Amino acid sequence: MTALSLKNLDISYGDVQITHDVNLEIADGESFALVGESGSGKSTVLKAIAGLAPEWTGEINVFGKPRSHGIERAFSRQCQMVFQDPYGSLHPRKTVDATLGEALTIHGIGDRSARIEEVMASVGLDRKFRFRFPHQLSGGQRQRVAIARALMLKPKVLLLDEPTSALDVSVQAEILNLLKRLRQEQNLTFLMVTHNLPVVSFLCDRLAVMRQGRIVEVADVADLKRGDLKDPYSRELMHISAAHAN
Amino acid sequence: MTTLRDWLIDDSPASPMQARLGRFYRIFGALMHNPLAVVGAIIILVLVLTALFAPWIATHDPLRQALGERLLPPSAAHWMGTDELGRDIWSRVVYGARITLAIVTLVAVLAAPAGLVIGVAAGYFGGWVDRILMGITDIFLSLPKLILALAFVAALGPGIENAIIAIAITSWPGYARVARAETLTFKNSEFISAVRLLGASSLRVNLGHVLPLCTSSMIVRVTLDMAGIILTAAGLGFIGLGAQPPLPEWGAMISRGRSFILDQWWVATMPGFAIILVSLGFCFLGDGLRDVLDPKSGEQR
Amino acid sequence: MNPLLEIENLRVTFPTPRGDLEVVRGLSFTLGRERLGIVGESGSGKSMTGRSILKLVRAPGRVTADRLTFDGIDLLTRSERQMRAIRGARISMVMQDPKFSLNPVMTIGEQIAEALLTHQRLPRREVNNRVFTMLESVRIADPERVAKLYPHEVSGGMGQRVMIAMMLIPEPDLLIADEPTSALDVSVQAQVLDIIDELVKRKGKGMGLIFISHDLNLVSSYCDRILVMNTGEVVEECKAGELMNATHPYTRGLIASIPRLDETRNELPVLDRSAWATK
Repeated sequence: MTALSLKNLDISYGDVQITHDVNLEIADGESFALVGESGSGKSTVLKAIAGLAPEWTGEINVFGKPRSHGIERAFSRQCQMVFQDPYGSLHPRKTVDATLGEALTIHGIGDRSARIEEVMASVGLDRKFRFRFPHQLSGGQRQRVAIARALMLKPKVLLLDEPTSALDVSVQAEILNLLKRLRQEQNLTFLMVTHNLPVVSFLCDRLAVMRQGRIVEVADVADLKRGDLKDPYSRELMHISAAHAN
Repeated sequence: MTTLRDWLIDDSPASPMQARLGRFYRIFGALMHNPLAVVGAIIILVLVLTALFAPWIATHDPLRQALGERLLPPSAAHWMGTDELGRDIWSRVVYGARITLAIVTLVAVLAAPAGLVIGVAAGYFGGWVDRILMGITDIFLSLPKLILALAFVAALGPGIENAIIAIAITSWPGYARVARAETLTFKNSEFISAVRLLGASSLRVNLGHVLPLCTSSMIVRVTLDMAGIILTAAGLGFIGLGAQPPLPEWGAMISRGRSFILDQWWVATMPGFAIILVSLGFCFLGDGLRDVLDPKSGEQR
Repeated sequence: MNPLLEIENLRVTFPTPRGDLEVVRGLSFTLGRERLGIVGESGSGKSMTGRSILKLVRAPGRVTADRLTFDGIDLLTRSERQMRAIRGARISMVMQDPKFSLNPVMTIGEQIAEALLTHQRLPRREVNNRVFTMLESVRIADPERVAKLYPHEVSGGMGQRVMIAMMLIPEPDLLIADEPTSALDVSVQAQVLDIIDELVKRKGKGMGLIFISHDLNLVSSYCDRILVMNTGEVVEECKAGELMNATHPYTRGLIASIPRLDETRNELPVLDRSAWATK
């Protein structure tokens, strides 16, 4: 079954058109990466799916149902997002408990305490962090809270916007392992935006390379591992990334 | 005592209450490291205590006239001398603290929330809501505060209640501006986007998430404005449109003392000192609060 | 030949309510006209090391060292005024993000010229020539047009090249680059690094470079020698090519935790900090 499908998606900010004719099909349970440099429009696609960039034409279907331009409650239980900056994505005046509990209050879900502790345990956060403020947490812990918040409503799809690019490599490894484990345990579908090809190689099944608002290539991650991308631009990205690692 | 402190600065609070109290304790601790803020806080504390215990602190009835003791210089019997009707100035200054405190509190309670709500709404919704609300705000801002207050008092009739209403009406636009600017910086932040993605309504996002972030700068702004409010109230009192005689309002007292300023300097000077002292106190405290509460720099340490 | 920079037992301390916090703990190294990489994670003290060489650590932070000499000058005893003559002219620093380092209300040409004129007097024509040559040497194709632009009118990569031009126009002997390419796309990153490299090697004189970064791979492919820092101490010092033979468990852990382009591991190894923590 298709979890997410984008058809002829053109997204604009005001008069500027950011993406052109984006078409993607992401299967249920798949982990898909959108790769590109800054300004390629990859984050904008994620925002449009989430409902944060409402000026688009074309079609966005989630589990077969077309998505409206705004943010709806029913949609928010299916699809959640994890942001790039663990310092900017948590409310500075709210404790972990308040941040996680907000989702339950909005959707009128009871059993608050037990559910918060359950989700905290599943993202590897000790109970002692429950009433801390964000400034009392490290970057990695904050990102765990952000992931926990996204999981509070038990969504099927997670949109990941460069979830580890602001973290140290040792912490990045922890978060990547966590995401991989969560995906297996909860049968999640991932759509991740990143510029880091090795991260794609670790976490994803397929990838799309974007440049100047267009998708230039869709490939299997197996092709990436073999160094077998077709498009010249994606090959260039791959080569820079490979040269960098040696 | 040490156990209470440990409980407050515990890195892993066990309840929301403890987390919140811990936060206040840290803010309080940081504030106490700033000597000027401590001075300001002490002045304000003294003002509050004076207002509360005025009957015990005052040595005379502030309204009792004794025409035989007119315009006496400061002495052991009358610490700040007496005015033209023989009333004890010290006692009048002490009772005046009540009026001053009532004015600043009521203005803060009326104007700050109004400004906050209008500013947050304008900033968050943008578009025509923003244009209309900010248009009204700009109209109010473009008129000098005292003149506008004068106009309102003239329309409503002189008196302390109307002076308070007039000052409140003239001070909300400043707060609306601050709140709007704050809201604009926060509204596109990732943590607000995250709450919206959870399906929260605009009302919920604004009241529960944007507004609490604006309150600290609002508290700072209001504290710094207190001096101006006191001066405006005193100004209205001075020209006879604020507190009416025989109420011991400091501005009105200066106004009465004006006629004797050269020969009996204490009549106007004593309430003047009180105004300066309290205004300074609010300024010091406001500056200290700004350093501690600034959402961008504060609390990170 | 004397080394360009000698540091012995450098310590940077910040007072906190819970006692003094040492962010750099007894760091020592010498630097010639070479490329030295300092790698570490956030909080390792790598940036503070760079700042303390220029004595840019803000109060209440304190810098102490047994020795801190640059080209025979004892930096520890220099006054703030004397330091200003050294900063820019002899030691320059490139920061992470050009957006925050360039003055938004001055054109690029004016800013570069100012960097030059602060340290020497030159006729106007000469200044313009030097600015244009400098912009050319950071591979800006039409320097005369770019010199008239304001910082917001150029891209991030171009901004960072302008920063480098500004830092290098007084021809310093030592360049400290603190994450100079972290805010840039990978393709631009390579260009900027090439430019710095060219300038380090140019002429007979050359320049010393301290390259501070969190990116182990980048530093190892770019520098001659590497210091790996963790919690304020150097845990590993080696030639760049030999990083893969690193011995310290921290360094090995870091290298292992980076995913590879042809990743086959199902789980990335996570640093076990208890393995070497003795305190």
